[in-house]
Amino acid sequence: MSTCEIPKLTSLEIVEGKSVLPKGWKAELSQPATLDLGPAVLELIRRSTSRLPQDVIEALVARRNAEAEGSRGANTLDTMLENVVLADEHVAPLCQDTGNVIFWVRHPFGVSQRRLKAQIRDAVAEATKRSWLRPNCVAALSGKNPGNNLDPFGETHPVIHFEEWERPGIEIQIMQKGGGCENVGAQYRLPDAALGAGRDLKGVRKCIIDAVVKAQGQGCSPGILGVCIGGDRVVSYERSKELLLRKLTQTNSDPALAKFESDLVADLNSLGIGPMGYGGKTTVLGLFVEELWRHPASFFVSISYMCWSSRRMTLQVEPTGAAVFE
Amino acid sequence: MIHLSTPITETAIRALKVGDEILLSGKVILSRDIGHKFMVEQKPEWLKPILEDAVIYHCGPVVAKNPDGTWCFVSSGPTTSIREEPYQAEVLETYRVRGVIGKGGMGKKTSGGLQKVGACYFHATGGAGALLAERVKRVVDVKMLEEFGSPEAFWIIEVEDFPLVVTMDSHGGSLHDEVLATSQARAQALMS
Ligand code: SF4
Repeated sequence: MSTCEIPKLTSLEIVEGKSVLPKGWKAELSQPATLDLGPAVLELIRRSTSRLPQDVIEALVARRNAEAEGSRGANTLDTMLENVVLADEHVAPLCQDTGNVIFWVRHPFGVSQRRLKAQIRDAVAEATKRSWLRPNCVAALSGKNPGNNLDPFGETHPVIHFEEWERPGIEIQIMQKGGGCENVGAQYRLPDAALGAGRDLKGVRKCIIDAVVKAQGQGCSPGILGVCIGGDRVVSYERSKELLLRKLTQTNSDPALAKFESDLVADLNSLGIGPMGYGGKTTVLGLFVEELWRHPASFFVSISYMCWSSRRMTLQVEPTGAAVFE
Repeated sequence: MIHLSTPITETAIRALKVGDEILLSGKVILSRDIGHKFMVEQKPEWLKPILEDAVIYHCGPVVAKNPDGTWCFVSSGPTTSIREEPYQAEVLETYRVRGVIGKGGMGKKTSGGLQKVGACYFHATGGAGALLAERVKRVVDVKMLEEFGSPEAFWIIEVEDFPLVVTMDSHGGSLHDEVLATSQARAQALMS
């Protein structure tokens, strides 16, 4: 095989056929007191845990074809792509580390966050029962595992971010963020004397190169980087992670940052770390940078690293109540 | 691609070097944090025949129970190995294990153990949980399931054509060290 083709996942009809939602399911958006999005969230988890987004698959294929034929890099990317097809076929988790499960919910005025939160938590517990999620939530010190992915206080797992918006529909985005890649994230404070990094894009670039070299293959490279410049420590980190929801095909709306991203991706891929750190031309699949306002005394660069198994998916509950997954 | 089957002889393992790509078939035993601590602190006799000339796999699988009571691996990729660094060399020596599968590589102490016993560190593709589960042909047995819980139990499995890369060999070589050195040098050049 000299080049590899984009693998075909099962057709949407088959996916719909396996859906946990009954055909023609609709949310009762007009009845916020009884609105139940639980089943749709369960379906969202089912898809996200087993179907890698198309843009990520295409990026893996493009990088596979850029690696030398028969090299470890090419073979490793082949293994990853084979895995993508199997997970989809069997509705099995792409990776046994099904991650920290994070949700972003945007809803109109009048929707109860308290109720939505309970429904999301129930869906997470049900998905765990069905082996779509591994029980990944443990007590910090004792390591005690409740077995259902729910922290008993309803605070840390699953993570749920809520926002009210002006549109009539509801949007729920999910991300499954693996532990290995979470561990190689990093936050820098500029200026950084050791790196020789000042408070400008050149300094930011040094931080990113440094973080990727430190990560090696540990975050299951090729990775995708979300980088937030500015903000306070918390918002900066949070936004760097939210950036990982972006599609790899979407370019930055700021032309200077767009160029910075594509130039730096090429530089990072010249580091020779390669897929899984075995060496090769593919160390990252993409880089998303965002600039935030900051306190004059602080200049943070926060980097979230997403593994190649970038599991994310969006559920749109349209004003009609119909559920659309993308 | 080199085909390797358990039981593995010392000669076969000593012939392997860093960078070799392997398809492993045969007996593999899953163990991670609790299991490694247990192996070193308790040194149970019953584990010896199970582990000799076999391969340990750092993995916390997603498993499902079939209606007939047997087990099936749903997703089973590698977990980070470095957490077993305090125990691995002693485990290798005590149980004469011929290899360890994991991800991320291990440290100097383990490298010493690999050299002494004649064993390799095999790297599996992180995130390839579904594919690696497909290559598990049979769940032979499980030990300490009640005591350790499913992700930590000693699952004894039979695999076929498990795709691996030798990243630490029995001669002190480490692909991780090599890649780290080249990438650091390149980073220096990019930053200057
Ligand atoms: S970092 Fe690796 S092991 Fe962890 S979720 Fe991602 S692909 Fe899986």
